[in-house]
Amino acid sequence: MTAFIIRRLGQAVIVLLVMSLIVFVGVYLIGNPVEVLIAPDADQLERERAIIALGLDKPLWEQYLVFLHGALTGNLGNSFVFNIPALQLILQRMPATLELAFSAAVLAVAIGIPLGMYAGYRPDAPLSRAIMAGSILGFSLPTFWVGLMLIMVFAVDLGWLPSTGRGATATVLGIRTSLATRDGLAHILLPALNLALFQLSLVIRLTRAGMRENLPMDYVKFARAKGLTARRVIFVHVFKNILIPLVTVIGLELGSVIAFAVVTESIFAWPGMGKLIIDSINRLDRPVIVAYLLVVVSMFVVINLVVDILYSVLDPRVRLSDTQAES
Amino acid sequence: MRGLKACALAAVFAAAMGAVVASAQDLTVGLSSSVTSIDPHFHNLSPNTNVALHIFSPLILKDEHQRLMPGLATEWKAIDDTTWEFKLRHGVKFHDGSEFTADDVVATLKRIPWVPNSPSSFRIYTQGIASWEVLDPYTIRFKTAAPYPLLPNDVSSFLIVSKKAETAPTGDFNSGKAAIGTGPFRFVEFVPGDRIVLERNESYWGPKPAWHRVTLKIIPNNSARVAALLAGDVQIIEQVPSIEYAKLKSNPDVTISQIVGNRLIYLALDSFRDQSPFVTDKEGAVLPNNPLKDARVRRALSKAINRQAIVDRIMDGVAIPAGGVLPEGFFGVSPKLKPEPFDPEGAKKLLTEAGYPNGFGLTIHGPNDRYLNDEKVLQAIGPMFSRIGIDTKVDTKPWATYVSQASAPTYAYSVMLFGWGADTGEVSSPLRSLIATPDKNAGMGGSNRGRYSNPKVDALLKTALQTVDDAKRDKLLQQATEVAIADQGIIPLQYQINVWATRKGYHYAARADEYTLAQSVQPDK
Repeated sequence: MTAFIIRRLGQAVIVLLVMSLIVFVGVYLIGNPVEVLIAPDADQLERERAIIALGLDKPLWEQYLVFLHGALTGNLGNSFVFNIPALQLILQRMPATLELAFSAAVLAVAIGIPLGMYAGYRPDAPLSRAIMAGSILGFSLPTFWVGLMLIMVFAVDLGWLPSTGRGATATVLGIRTSLATRDGLAHILLPALNLALFQLSLVIRLTRAGMRENLPMDYVKFARAKGLTARRVIFVHVFKNILIPLVTVIGLELGSVIAFAVVTESIFAWPGMGKLIIDSINRLDRPVIVAYLLVVVSMFVVINLVVDILYSVLDPRVRLSDTQAES
Repeated sequence: MRGLKACALAAVFAAAMGAVVASAQDLTVGLSSSVTSIDPHFHNLSPNTNVALHIFSPLILKDEHQRLMPGLATEWKAIDDTTWEFKLRHGVKFHDGSEFTADDVVATLKRIPWVPNSPSSFRIYTQGIASWEVLDPYTIRFKTAAPYPLLPNDVSSFLIVSKKAETAPTGDFNSGKAAIGTGPFRFVEFVPGDRIVLERNESYWGPKPAWHRVTLKIIPNNSARVAALLAGDVQIIEQVPSIEYAKLKSNPDVTISQIVGNRLIYLALDSFRDQSPFVTDKEGAVLPNNPLKDARVRRALSKAINRQAIVDRIMDGVAIPAGGVLPEGFFGVSPKLKPEPFDPEGAKKLLTEAGYPNGFGLTIHGPNDRYLNDEKVLQAIGPMFSRIGIDTKVDTKPWATYVSQASAPTYAYSVMLFGWGADTGEVSSPLRSLIATPDKNAGMGGSNRGRYSNPKVDALLKTALQTVDDAKRDKLLQQATEVAIADQGIIPLQYQINVWATRKGYHYAARADEYTLAQSVQPDK
């Protein structure tokens, strides 16, 4: 196990290095950030002063080396636009995105598993068919459209929920979160629902498939024959077996939701990391783009590692081997 | 499951009921662009200045038509060609109670060039002031290196901070520690990317604002911003998308306020190079003699554009056709310059006269995410050019790529769409930046991406910029514009109309400079 983890972390470092190089060169090729940031009526002298102030007058390889040198001490550079450390900027926005991603995941799992289990248990019931049709809509409908529809229906027409932004925050266990206030919960419901839709559909279909696969199996028949109640068989024994593929998929999805909840964050003006990255790309704020992608890659690596370990715990047939190809 | 669902529903209802109904004296504003800092000297960016104008005041304020009016300075005059005297307002208090005096002005002038790592500094507005002299706590004199009639305009463009903040870093402003100004509102909170919260300054030196608490919410997505207005979550929004304009106008719950703004949308043409990369023959080979160097060809292009159709069908009425660099009512605008009438036959005749009876090939470039309907306008212009025989392709890019490629030193394009908002509220701003021959040391032609050069215009402009007498300067600027437009230095397309939408019961004094100021939002009587 230890050798496996160490090897994994080694691979992660290589991935981070290559990725930072690609992003650096890529953003450099798009254009000059000074042209984007500078006031239109600034003259040429002001432009040159800005270029020097942002360190953009040095050749690309020198800028990259400066960046690497800083990265070793944890300093990923200052944002061109905000002039505060890029890492600090991202970590400032992270709680909002984590809140949203966490709420979306909870909604997806809490709604998806029961619905999926019912659909798998009674596959021919009308409700099951409705659930499956709904799940197709769930991953086909574009997120931005669903988001705008939710706003129109619940905020504009019915007026039940606020249409935009993050609610008031309170501190719980040392973390500032908007889940701790009523106002915060009202604000997070629509965006979380919007974000959860895709995951929800996945969870429903996976759970249903898992149920359909496991219910006809021998161990279920023998358990019922032994006299265990249907309730115990389904919610304890079959449930654990369904969880295996589910955990893998939810883990992967969680990572991508945290990193790329851009559309939902843009529509609901949610002040999270997704919005930060799209703004930074538009403004060519290179330090933030690089820092963000480094953070995201690290996060994916950790999540994948945790999922693999969890997998081996859940399913005793799996042995973690360091020659196993993981993807 | 049932218990859980019931709990969830109850929570939603409780949240909805418990959601605080804003008191009648509170205002929530829907802004359209990100604010990067509360520091008024850090980044010369419209959204930042928009917010800073709530907390800080300049010496000279601008009204809705960008005319200068007294701010922290009650009067100013040129006592000779290179010296200006400003009399400061008595009895003004900063938000922390300290008195405003000339020392705060000096501290501001010292801080502006000092602010570290500014991506776009306010230095361009203070470098005209070669030196200053404090005569008494309420009188200050500025000396300029040469006669500089635009000094009051420059002075109206930077905001005064307290002398205690002279060396305060940007971070102190964002946290509120140094955000002490003399403005109508005091700083309460800044949540980057989300909102800025302000409270009324009860000892404001000007007219008392109507709002006790103001929340400036940042909602960049157009549809979400309109939805927030319709839902009542915000009471005023800026940058109303043109598609929503007609619907909101007829909505009984919404009031529209609008004004012709100072933003010109125009085409810049490469009249510098003998061979321009995107001016080709019909087969695609670059032409050896750039037709855009011929004023007749440029005029033909201008005649080929049906500006009224673009304004009516693409802009949905949120623009007016342009014939000069600024609309009527601004200083220096010549009444003789009307929008070029749509005349495709006349355009073909001019092309034949210039030696291109069968036209040529052209690619026109522009951004697709910067100006209102920029891509659509270009896509309309393409066929208009094709109609007079110029086979035109349209290529649009995201702003970040486009502006980098179009500017120095690359100058990648031949015909480019751009916009220009005249911050000074008068004609010398576009003339100087878009039409004057590029000259780094004189600060001319900074955004003249076609590198158009007309010595006559340069001479007129240079004289105008040193003529302190307003009437004489007006005439000179009018003349300079007339010469430049006759020669088609740029092809003006349209002036944008700035539109705000408010809930019934509120109205906004629409501004030509596109700022959304909570102090100008009034409840209906």
